[in-house]
Amino acid sequence: MLITRRVEFSASHICRQPQLSAEENARIYGQAANPHGHGHNYVVEVTLEGLPDPVTGMVLDLKELKEILNREVVTPYDHRFLNYEVAPFDRVVPTTENIARDIWDRLKPHVCGPSHQLRAVRVYETPDLYVDYFGEQPCSV
Amino acid sequence: MFRVTRRYSFAASHRLHAPQLSEEQNRQLYGKCNNPYGHGHNYVMEVSAQGPLDPGTGRAVDVEVLDEFVRRQVLTPFDHRNLNLDVNSFQGLSPTSENLLVEISRRLNRNWSSAFPGEWPRLEKVRISETPRNIFEMESHEIG
Repeated sequence: MLITRRVEFSASHICRQPQLSAEENARIYGQAANPHGHGHNYVVEVTLEGLPDPVTGMVLDLKELKEILNREVVTPYDHRFLNYEVAPFDRVVPTTENIARDIWDRLKPHVCGPSHQLRAVRVYETPDLYVDYFGEQPCSV
Repeated sequence: MFRVTRRYSFAASHRLHAPQLSEEQNRQLYGKCNNPYGHGHNYVMEVSAQGPLDPGTGRAVDVEVLDEFVRRQVLTPFDHRNLNLDVNSFQGLSPTSENLLVEISRRLNRNWSSAFPGEWPRLEKVRISETPRNIFEMESHEIG
């Protein structure tokens, strides 16, 4: 079965590739390339797949998942300027796709167990635009 | 692999009426939705495309290109229209949400390469809600 926990953070970013000119970046990323940055209320949904433990009746205690999400995602991301304050976005463009992949990479070591694994990370940049990332390979225990 | 989903909305009116059935059968089958004057909805549509990351841009889908494509294929012909009278496909076909979903999915699928000529991204699925409580979804492999 699948279980999903949702968390939110607010952050600012600029979509630009440092090796390109301001005009080139504006052509590719439009308004998102504004050099002063802009922000979003991001919403993240993390989905795990597993079987409920026969004793506890839980795939993973959602309290524990909440703590992992707060520690690994919300604390480093919330109220930050991603390009300047959150690695790897000093060198990786903080598109919604790259944010989803970074969150996957941060969570993977903490949510892969014998009875459950990471299935999907969904990142809403706005209520009208979201990205699902499923990883490149299944997480190993 | 990434899936990028974009949400759009359009408002349209319609009347559910199957030409193969009698007036009385249509009234029984569709109830209020058969009102001869029609009625309308705020449709919400989600279009999902799938693809690998472009290593240069850090994106799997250029959302501006997708927006322009969806605007041309769906929003312009459907928004603030009477589906029965303004959309050719619904002349003689009841514009249920199922039929609307099939029509929209076909339009997107048929013309996809005009916006995205490469191997990726690919149209993955289309989801339409007629109201927040009625949701219809189709994956691209189901589109004829």
